[in-house]
Amino acid sequence: MMEVLYFAWVRERIGHPKETVEPGAATVRELVDQLRGREERYAAAFADLDALRVAVDQELTDFDAPLTGVREVAFFPPMTGG
Amino acid sequence: MDVRVQEAAFDLGAEANAFVKRQSGMGAVVTFTGIVRDIASGLNTMQIEHYPGMTEKAIAGIAEEARERWALGDVLVIHRYGALGPNEMIMMVATAAPHRVNAFEAAEYLMDYLKSRAPFWKKEVTGDGAEWVAAKDEDEDALTRW
Repeated sequence: MMEVLYFAWVRERIGHPKETVEPGAATVRELVDQLRGREERYAAAFADLDALRVAVDQELTDFDAPLTGVREVAFFPPMTGG
Repeated sequence: MDVRVQEAAFDLGAEANAFVKRQSGMGAVVTFTGIVRDIASGLNTMQIEHYPGMTEKAIAGIAEEARERWALGDVLVIHRYGALGPNEMIMMVATAAPHRVNAFEAAEYLMDYLKSRAPFWKKEVTGDGAEWVAAKDEDEDALTRW
């Protein structure tokens, strides 16, 4: 099983901070397509991938990253630290 | 190297003093502090969200890179999360090096990377409502100079 986490407005749009999903998606992009198909709020949150960043097992990566053996995927807007 | 991600306020003076005292062979310490800007529309609070686990790792990676690249004697990063009021200190960095050029440059590098590569998100809450702070293109562009 894989944990999917959401932060900032992505979390607000989807309505919860995390959930468990069945593994099966080969890449982040495939996972996004699965999530988009769930409900309108997911489709809205993932409407523009340019506005999103993704971390796989807590490392920043891109949407083509493979998900084999991955435990945690997180989606969020560009970071605003400092 | 000391990285702390915390909700509690920190004492800038006490942290800077302690940082200086624990150095040996260093001739320069630079500190930077980021504070909550009181925006024109009247800020009530700045809410800072982060990604526990990844935040600490990301900052440690950035600090380690700076330490190696500028041959720093030491690095300190403190970054807060939670609800902060106007003028409250959000974060601080301190760098120690034998000479000032490296300490200044490393502090700038740390700030540029913490802005765009440490998983924090800021939300401004005013009398008109709440709004997520958008990342700026210039912050991303700032990374290219390193």
